[in-house]
Amino acid sequence: MQWLDLSPDEWNAVRLSIKVSTWAMVVSLPFGIAVAYTLARKEFWGKTLINGLVHLPLIMPPVVTGYLLLLTFGRRAPVGSFLAETFGIVFSFRWTGAALACGVMAFPLMVRAIRLSIETVDRRLESAAGTLGANRAWVFVTITLPLILPGIIAGMILAFAKAMGEFGATITFVSNIPGETQTLPSAIYTYTQVPGGDAGAIRLTLISIAISMLALLASEILARRISSRFEPE
Amino acid sequence: MTLSVDVRHHQGDFLLDASFDSGGRLTALFGPSGSGKTSLVNIIGGLIRPQQGRVTADGRVLVDTAARTFVPMHKRRIGYVFQDARLFPHLTVRQNLAYGRFFTPAAERYADFSDVVDLLGIGHLLDRRPASLSGGEKQRVAIGRALIASPKLILMDEPLASLDEARKAEIMPYLEKLRDESRIPIVYVSHSVAEVARLATDVVVLDHGKVVASGATGDIFSRFELLPEEERGEVGALIELALVGHEESFGLTVLRSAGGEWRLPSIDAPAGTVLRVRVRARDVMLALERPVGISALNTLSVTVVDISANAGPEALVSLDSGGDRLVSRVTRRSVELLGLAPGRKVFAVVKAVTFDKANIGGSHYQHRSI
Repeated sequence: MQWLDLSPDEWNAVRLSIKVSTWAMVVSLPFGIAVAYTLARKEFWGKTLINGLVHLPLIMPPVVTGYLLLLTFGRRAPVGSFLAETFGIVFSFRWTGAALACGVMAFPLMVRAIRLSIETVDRRLESAAGTLGANRAWVFVTITLPLILPGIIAGMILAFAKAMGEFGATITFVSNIPGETQTLPSAIYTYTQVPGGDAGAIRLTLISIAISMLALLASEILARRISSRFEPE
Repeated sequence: MTLSVDVRHHQGDFLLDASFDSGGRLTALFGPSGSGKTSLVNIIGGLIRPQQGRVTADGRVLVDTAARTFVPMHKRRIGYVFQDARLFPHLTVRQNLAYGRFFTPAAERYADFSDVVDLLGIGHLLDRRPASLSGGEKQRVAIGRALIASPKLILMDEPLASLDEARKAEIMPYLEKLRDESRIPIVYVSHSVAEVARLATDVVVLDHGKVVASGATGDIFSRFELLPEEERGEVGALIELALVGHEESFGLTVLRSAGGEWRLPSIDAPAGTVLRVRVRARDVMLALERPVGISALNTLSVTVVDISANAGPEALVSLDSGGDRLVSRVTRRSVELLGLAPGRKVFAVVKAVTFDKANIGGSHYQHRSI
């Protein structure tokens, strides 16, 4: 199993990918729930536009998304320079930028999964909670949120998996710097560009598959646990 | 507690234009499906905002469109028992029951958790999840959940409609206990004469979104024209009977009303219990002389008070039986042959077997006379 031993750079890529994907998933979650709830429940002018914007990263070429991020969040770009000067948050050519790119690319998948589960919630249960004295915020926390938990988990896992595989937008926005922005896909890509890189590419590919499978398994177990509570014993 | 409703509300082609006042312990909103009963309770509960009108409970304004007042449902403290229970599937029975209590200000929590659990007989279900409960159990838990929130008023929208006869019979006594032992007034939606006659103290009759009549249950249900066509066979009188004793060998129970003695199929209650019994008009025969050699067990001396008839073959005869009111449904031909007229003394004959369980309700307090 000698060939499975990873070099420090490869380990870095694995760790970085997990870090970037986890951050992308966790930070986009509250926004994902808010947007999904708004799209599922509210009627307002411009809803179609918002819906389109959310889904844009899914249908645009990833390179375009990455380039747009560069234009918006780059060092000299309007939003990027503002964030850097005011909060000290820098995205360009940092792992945070990779997380932002992954989060944006994964966002539509997360919103779709959560929105679908919000639409299946029996709203009559919410009005029942209302008659028992719960205001809308309480109804959301005590009734809606627990009922859509399986959808939220599905959305998180989808977003995580998408972030683990995100390549085009990341490499366009934050490039491919080992130890800083070189995630698993970028590392695999780099291996395929040099002679004799096959062994490294296969090692990272296997690890990538293993991580995705583990995430899927975890979500299955969690979802089954939750939904078993709703079924008769 | 007085509830006062006066609202107008369009829903598509349907216009609800209803107004009534009620101070009853259990007020039934009665009418065929599509008559606007559910819309009306939804307005009282705050689930629907009426386009125009005013709703007050004990002087507290819940809705007043003229003054732009609308109290949202979570601030009304009105319990709601839905037809489909609507228990929270992710919570245990115990958590479901305790849900509303959390939102009730501590000073206003009058309902005791274990008292309510005992009243409804749901102690053995507390750790189960709603999905594992039977329909009747779910409905009892739903009633308990509304009660434990210590509401000022409880709305029940056809709480028995989705249950079979056995489950209905299981829940009825709990509703009677609730009516008689708790101090919470109830508004009860139903299209079933049997249910309303057994439970309600007051009835509001709705048809096509309008209030057709309202008043004490006994008065309403002895009036033929107030019942929907298909329910007219259910017209009857409500009388109170005091249990005297049992005739064990025949499986009969002997009771006494102001007008005389009654024998009914066995009722499981001790002597002295006051029961509210519905005597359907179609089950009451009239005779000019006390019949002899007849199988019917109940014969009462009565006086004809009023006869109402229309073009149809039938007439409804109101009778006075020692102060109680009975009604008999006979043909116009019989009215003529027997020479029935107000003031005439006749005998009312009722077969014991015409009483079924649904027509006999427990009564734990003294009714006003009906």
